Amino acid sequence: MTKVFKMQDLDCANCAAKMERTVAKIDGVNSVSINFMGQKMSIDADDARFDEIMAKVVKACRKVEPDCRIVM
Amino acid sequence: MSLTARQKKTLIRIIATLAAFIAAFLCHLFLEDRAPWWAWLVVFAAIYLAIAYDVLIRAAKNIAHGKVFDENFLMIVATVGAFCVLEFAEAVAVMLFYQVGEFFQSYAVGKSRRSIAALMDICPETACVLRGDGEETVAPESVEIGETVVVRAGERVPIDGVVAEGSGYLDTSALTGESKPVAVSVGDTALSGSISTSGVLHIVTQKKYEDSTVSRILELVENASSKKAKAENFITRFAAVYTPAVVICALLIAVLPPLIIAYSSAAVWTDWVTRALTFLVVSCPCALVISVPMSFFGGIGAASKCGILVKGGNYLELLDRVDTLVFDKTGTVTKGSFEVVNVTGDHDATLFAAADAEVFSTHPIAQSVVAAAKLCGYTPDAHGADVKEIAGRGVVKGAGQDEIVCGNALLLSERGISFESVTGVGTVVYVARGGRFLGAIEIADAVKSDSSAAVAELKKLGMYTVMLTGDRRDAAATVAQSVGADEVYSELLPADKVNKVEQMIEQKGGKHKRGVVAFVGDGINDAPVLSRADVGLAMGALGSDAAIEAADVVLMNDSLMQIVAARRIAKKTMRIVMQNIVFALIVKLAVLILAACGIADMWLAVFADVGVAVLAILNAMRCLKTAKSTTERPPEVQTT
Repeated sequence: MTKVFKMQDLDCANCAAKMERTVAKIDGVNSVSINFMGQKMSIDADDARFDEIMAKVVKACRKVEPDCRIVM
Repeated sequence: MSLTARQKKTLIRIIATLAAFIAAFLCHLFLEDRAPWWAWLVVFAAIYLAIAYDVLIRAAKNIAHGKVFDENFLMIVATVGAFCVLEFAEAVAVMLFYQVGEFFQSYAVGKSRRSIAALMDICPETACVLRGDGEETVAPESVEIGETVVVRAGERVPIDGVVAEGSGYLDTSALTGESKPVAVSVGDTALSGSISTSGVLHIVTQKKYEDSTVSRILELVENASSKKAKAENFITRFAAVYTPAVVICALLIAVLPPLIIAYSSAAVWTDWVTRALTFLVVSCPCALVISVPMSFFGGIGAASKCGILVKGGNYLELLDRVDTLVFDKTGTVTKGSFEVVNVTGDHDATLFAAADAEVFSTHPIAQSVVAAAKLCGYTPDAHGADVKEIAGRGVVKGAGQDEIVCGNALLLSERGISFESVTGVGTVVYVARGGRFLGAIEIADAVKSDSSAAVAELKKLGMYTVMLTGDRRDAAATVAQSVGADEVYSELLPADKVNKVEQMIEQKGGKHKRGVVAFVGDGINDAPVLSRADVGLAMGALGSDAAIEAADVVLMNDSLMQIVAARRIAKKTMRIVMQNIVFALIVKLAVLILAACGIADMWLAVFADVGVAVLAILNAMRCLKTAKSTTERPPEVQTT
């Protein structure tokens, strides 16, 4: 399932790139693309475990840039 | 100046701390000896904490997550180091400078995002629907297909539809970039996003809001910034390699020289470790990583203001490098519709007679004859009877003295009517009344008024122009010559067109070196060619879903001049991207070397990091500006 999430306070493009790389490595994530200028994250992940995967994604992003929030 | 809540708080903090700092600095300058050194420490430390507490917190959080060598930690170490050598004022000043820079960076990114959002603020928020007995103002998403919306002067059409009642003018500049109003009346299409400039229109919706033109444009532009250009990918990969490389270099700088020179000397260690820390502060690739996507974002936004939808930054890059432009003839270079271009013999008599015979025919050639006659004052009379259509020849109306014969050369010669033959590039319709030849009407697909000007501009920009068409050789040759195309290939089947484009792409050396081949067509029947070309541009795409889908670059109006505009924007964007990359890399490299040599102080380091980023961002914001003059067409009467 592919879903697009809006992000808030994504100010560092470097962090966006790091987040993309980190999230891509999470088990169950097929592909992820973070649009820095549009502040959007598009994730394609396993349907069955989607919510569980999203929880991991949120944690991973919080680690990279603590101020950035994903609007769920 | 609209800031987020967080930004406002930061700005207040910066101003307050700056004021406090200036006060403290002046006191220190004049009254240094009046107070013990630890008093000054307390004062400056307090101001320092006020301005730096968020950096401290972030540094702590990141270390807890294992990310030690990030900007925040380095800034803390650098400034605390300054405190340790009793340079209180300098520590606070450097931190202030850093925070100001970070704030400005965040503000600039926000402003750039808002500018694009404003450009794209063409979506109507409400729709006025006719329901029951009266009008209801509702959210446009809730309007069903087939309902009637009312649009008054000054309002935006909320959903694509057909005008059922009323007439007026629509300003389609939000969609096409052209500010010339289009006349609409009953039966004409009205597209969402256009503004009614006069009159009240009742429009029957044909699509839902989400599928209407304006929503699709917005979606395209928003997603366009997701499709990354080669330059953007390069920067991302560069940053990924560069960061660890820099950390390793820093470690080497911190550790190697002291070991070699004098490993027991604390002073030597301090010196080199300081250099390593400064080195790390300078090295942050933020300037590049922010400014490059922003430039493309700006370029795409600028293009959409002109009615050019670029589906990704990579296409902007390609547009910049196009050296061969292939275009289709019918509908692209020419208007795609038949028009009377010449009448020999007795002008009015010929036209009127032909119109009499053709008035009830649905053939496009017949309709163009009737249209031309009407322009000359012809009024059709009601007698539709008595018209015989002869397949492959023409029509014959009436008999005897008033018999009108209207058709090709074969028809007239079969009936024994002598005539003067006319050779033309279009279709020639010979007209005779009562056995007497009246004249000949030449009907052709007229070239658009600005096609040759556009081709001239494109050639000036260094593009090699090639025209492809399925039409006959002489028709093609004439059109090619009148617009000034460099090469023309005619009598092509659709599959041949794809092969031709492929040939050009593969050709090395010769006239077109291995550069970028772009193809311009009307999108409807050119889909395979559009996808085969390096860049596929669809023209006149306003209202055509198929064209919008098939092309890489969508030109909303049907003027070839838009290609010139697209090319200009692409060039400007790429130039700014290059400027930023070169500037950032050179400055950073220079300051990195200076830091390694111990010549760079904290100020220079912070500038090389934050200052460069801010300058790059400011430069990137230039991409948003366009000169609209290139898309204006010469005044032409637009009738519907």
